Formats: sequence, structure tokens, C-alpha cells
Amino acid sequence: MDLLEYQGKQLFAKHGVPVPEGRPATTVPEAVEAAEDLGYPIVIKAQVQIGGRGKAGGIKLAKDRAEAEESAKAILGMDIRGFTVHELYVEEASEIDEEYYAAIVFDRSAKKPMVMLSRMGGMDVEEVADTDPEAMRMLHVDPLLGLQDFHGRRLAFESGIAEDVVRPVGAMLAKLYDVFVKEDATLVEVNPLLITKSREVVALDAKVTVDDNALFRHPDVAEMRDLSAEDPQERMAKERALTYVKLDGNVGILGNGAGLVMSTLDVVAQAGGRPANFLDAGGGSKAEAVTSAVEVILSDDKVSAVLFNIFGGITRCDEVARGLIEAFEQIRPDVPFVVRLDGTNDKEGRALLAEANLPNVHTETTMLGAAEKVVELAEAA
Amino acid sequence: MAILVDQDTRLVVSGITGREGTFHSLRNRDYGTNVVAGVTPGKGGQDVDGIPVFNTFHDAVRETQANTVMVFVPPRFAADSILEAEDAGIGLIITITEGIPAHDELRVYNHLRNGTSRLVGPNCPGILSPGKANVGIIPAQFFKEGNVGLVSRSGTLTYQIGNELAQRGFGNSTIVGIGGDPVPGSSFIDMLELFEADPETELIVICGEIGGSAEEEAADYIEANVSKPVLAYIAGFTAPPGKTMGHAGAIVSGSKGTAAAKAEALEAKGVRVGRNPTQVSEIAVEILGTRV
Repeated sequence: MDLLEYQGKQLFAKHGVPVPEGRPATTVPEAVEAAEDLGYPIVIKAQVQIGGRGKAGGIKLAKDRAEAEESAKAILGMDIRGFTVHELYVEEASEIDEEYYAAIVFDRSAKKPMVMLSRMGGMDVEEVADTDPEAMRMLHVDPLLGLQDFHGRRLAFESGIAEDVVRPVGAMLAKLYDVFVKEDATLVEVNPLLITKSREVVALDAKVTVDDNALFRHPDVAEMRDLSAEDPQERMAKERALTYVKLDGNVGILGNGAGLVMSTLDVVAQAGGRPANFLDAGGGSKAEAVTSAVEVILSDDKVSAVLFNIFGGITRCDEVARGLIEAFEQIRPDVPFVVRLDGTNDKEGRALLAEANLPNVHTETTMLGAAEKVVELAEAA
Repeated sequence: MAILVDQDTRLVVSGITGREGTFHSLRNRDYGTNVVAGVTPGKGGQDVDGIPVFNTFHDAVRETQANTVMVFVPPRFAADSILEAEDAGIGLIITITEGIPAHDELRVYNHLRNGTSRLVGPNCPGILSPGKANVGIIPAQFFKEGNVGLVSRSGTLTYQIGNELAQRGFGNSTIVGIGGDPVPGSSFIDMLELFEADPETELIVICGEIGGSAEEEAADYIEANVSKPVLAYIAGFTAPPGKTMGHAGAIVSGSKGTAAAKAEALEAKGVRVGRNPTQVSEIAVEILGTRV
């Protein structure tokens, strides 16, 4: 789960990471009230889960009430690379002396947390890594020991940051590591890590990703989920405990098991089709799950044909067939379906479908045959 | 021969008294797996269809000489169960549980690395050595004994590919699911090492997917250390970046972890990559000859 900047900063503050004072706002009057309380100058920042907000005009400085109102109006509702701005963060303006970069990531290859520090912050970090790889210093931390003082010191000295801030930057890394571990984060990024004119060390931005699997330990973070940023179909699927990812094609896809569904998307693409979604009905899919899955897939009106690709292990093909028959009774879909059932109770499943004689449902025995058939039907529609 | 599980496996099941735990323990026993014990704290002294239940792994190991554990407990208890099994000296820990927090997996992985116990999973379908033992949820009826070693990050995709191979007459020495999580206890490399040393295995099939760099690392390992033919399949060519595709580990970040990059890395080291499950079985025929 990706947090918005102000939500990340709330977690930072909880663990003692210094952040500028600020308030979230969802309306122009709320933003103006926050600005009046904080005192000018203030900065109004669009809260969206995408980088490059500044360049897109989503961050504005305001020196008085009129400017605050004007900026809040301009930014609310703005589209930033496909994300609509629903929330603002009003923050006291900082006097910038230097901008660094710090991050803690989950290094899957080393299977350890990796701490990163650079004296070149405030810009696109991938660009820095390309043009001046030496500017980014990184080291791994043993998760059984945690971040030690020497880690912070070593990174601070090696990255060549100003000597007077070596200790406070090291201290900030230790607190960011606390956020990383105690909040079950898989990413904590600060860009820029700011050195103010009075040589204070402050996190001016916050990018935090929290592990979805650990949200049971963090009910406060779970409540931060930004439903408005989620696709309506993806939200509907989540409510029904289905794993669904929306794509932009016209072939609706349902399978059981993440790997098999990914493979199904590929095979449909190889046959010349464009998948409309990824939908994993899960292991041991029961009839009701299949019925709700059909509803989710058909709620996307771009879908012009649907492919069911089931290899039954724990999942029983006769259950899937029952779910599909039930879905036809409830929803009466007007697009063609191609159904491939293989594995546990496949014969029973196919017999049920034959008996039900559903309109516009084609059965296939192989994955490749099914993919070709559904692409043909989708194109004809 | 086979790898990891066979007639010598003495299985203890963590979470045996749960609905799924009971169902699959009995299914594994029906297949011929020697299921010697279960562990559920507070239910020691009971039994599940004749399988004795203990309060601790230490009791189970002392009383039944269990040497392999299948972990079936809910995600919030899984790390504790794995660590207890290791503490009790169990050498092979197969974890089926899906949804374990990543930081728990990190701690478990880094702790186990310093010891001698091997973790397979989490979030995996288990291990099947056809004709010998089945530990986990793999539907054994589709597979028979043979010379193809199969290792995969995904469950149902393994069945699909295994079934395509079976239709061409191939059987399996062992099928290993290493799981779809970001921090798997065992990697492709660990399994390649075991299959290379297993005399029954003549062809190794690795079934990967988007996310991480395990396939790229396997490619380097194969070039340097594996003399047997290796064949690969990668799922997720059409996956968009930034979206988790069902498995916690299946996410393309930036330009890293794409299916195309993985296929390219493997092919650069001489590993043939099938573009769909059917093609995998066709290449297997080219390598091993026709079996039907």
C-alpha cells in the first residue's frame, strides 16, 4: 500500500523523524484555514501517488491569504499524469540550503534491507544514478541486528555530505530505519532530505510503501487507504476477495492461480488479443466466487469476450461450471464466453455446461485453442 | 531417487487440526506419505484420524523422529512456527501459508541462513516426488514417476506445464514449488544444485515469472554449474509495470524484473525458453526424444 506524502510524514513524526509542520486539506476553505494557522509563507502540495508533482504545477508557494486561496483552487482537481488531485497538504515553507536523498529499500536479491544516501537530492534519483553513480552510496543491513550507528556514519562520510551535518543525518537514517521496521514498510524514501539555512536536517518529502500482508499489525495505516485513487472495478473485486488488475484491452480473463492467469494473458496476447484484466479466482474457487468474478469482469464495458482458463488442482472444475451457470442465470451476459476446463473433475464440469446449454458459451480443451477462439470472438464483436 | 521428499520423509504438520490442514494431511497420507505427527499448541494428546497431535515441535520430534514439516498455519503465526520447527532440529521446512508479512520473511530467511535447516516456500504448493511422497497441495493424480525435475514459483502454472509434459509421456523425478513471495526460503539455484546431483533427473524445467532477479541469477548459475539440459518458461510478458500480479513477488518495478529481460538472460546462457506451456513440452521432446 502506497501512502500519500502527508500520511508518510505522519509515520515519520511518530518515530521522531523531523518534518515541517503541515495539515492536509480536501477543500479550498480548509486549505486557507490551514495556511492562516501555520502562518506565511506556506507551500501547497498536491497529494497524489506519482512523482514529478513540482514540474506539473502541483506544488506552489503562497505568501498571503489570496495566494493560498488561488493556489489551492488551481491544484485541487488538477490532473497530474493521470492522477486527479483530491487532497492537498499545506506546509510551512522551508529555507533550503542543501538537498540530499535518503532511502531504505527491500533488496530482494540480497534479501536484506538496503540503506541509501546521496548528496544529490531534489531531483530524479534514477537520473543521478545514471550520470553520477558514485554520488549514491548504499549498504545492506542485517535484519537480525538492525541499523547500527556505524552504518549511518559510514554512509554520511562516504557520500561526501557537509561535515557539520554528518551526525544529524546519521541520526535521521536510524529513525527512518525505525519507520521501515516498525511500520512494516517495504520502501521509505526522502527526496529531498533538506538542510535548512540554519543547518537543520528535515524530511521535506516522504514516500512510504507499507506491506499489505502486515496491515493486520497496523490498523491505523490500514485506515489510510485512499479508496478514491483505486479503480472502481479493482475496488469491487477487493470487496469480494478476488485478485483483479485492470488492463486496457477487450478480452476479459479469469483463471485460478496467479501464475496461470499471467500465462493466460500472455497466450491471449500471442494469439493477437488484448487482455482487459488479470483476475485470479484463487485456489479452491467455489461457485459463488466464480459468479462474483463474472460480475467484476463484465462491469468493464470494454470487454467484448471472456476467457475462463481453469486447471483444477484443489479447484474442482464442476464447481467452476456451477458458478458460471449461476452467473448466467443472474447476469445474463451478452458477450461470448470461451471456457477451458482441465484437471480435477473436468469431465463433470464439461458435462454440466453441455447440459445447461448456455447461449454463446464455447468449450475448448487446450489453453492455446481457447486463447485463439476468444480472440476471434472478441474481434468479431 | 528424487529430491527433498521420498520414502524416508517423516512428516509433521503444523496446523493439522485446521480445516485445510486436516484435509491436506490426510490427502498426503493417502498418497503414501509417512505423516507421523501434527502440532497444534493446546491440542497435544488428541489425534487427527490416528495421527498424534503434540503441543510443541520438540515433543513431536522426540516422540516420532519427524524430519520434515509442512506449515499450514495462518500468516500471522507462520514465522513463529517455522522458527520453532528449526529450533527443534527439523531439517526441511515446507511452508504453504500465503500472505506472511515481508519483514517476518526477512528475519526468518536471515536466521535460517546461519543454520542447517532448509525452508521451501512460503506461499508455495509444496513438493511432490511421484510414486514416493507428496507434501503439500499439488494434485498428484496428474503426475507419474520420470526423469524431468520441475521447479516453479507458481502453483497452478506448475500443474499446467506438468500436465503438458505428461501428455507427451514425460514423468517427474520431483516437482518443487518455491513460492511466489518476495523472499522465498529456497531459490531456483538451490533446486538446480539438487537436481544436478540427482541421478534420476535428466532434464530440469524452471518455471519463473515477473519480479525480482531469481531467474537472472539462475541463468548465471546454470552456465557455471549445471551440466544437464535446462528448459525455462516465464509468465507475465503482458504484465504492466507497478502492479502486483496476484503473487506478492510478481511486480515489475521500472525496467527491472520484466519477463522479456528474464527470457533474454536465460537464452544468453544457452537455456531454451518456451513462449507458452505447450511449447515447453515441445522443446522437452526435442531434448529428450519422443516418449509416447
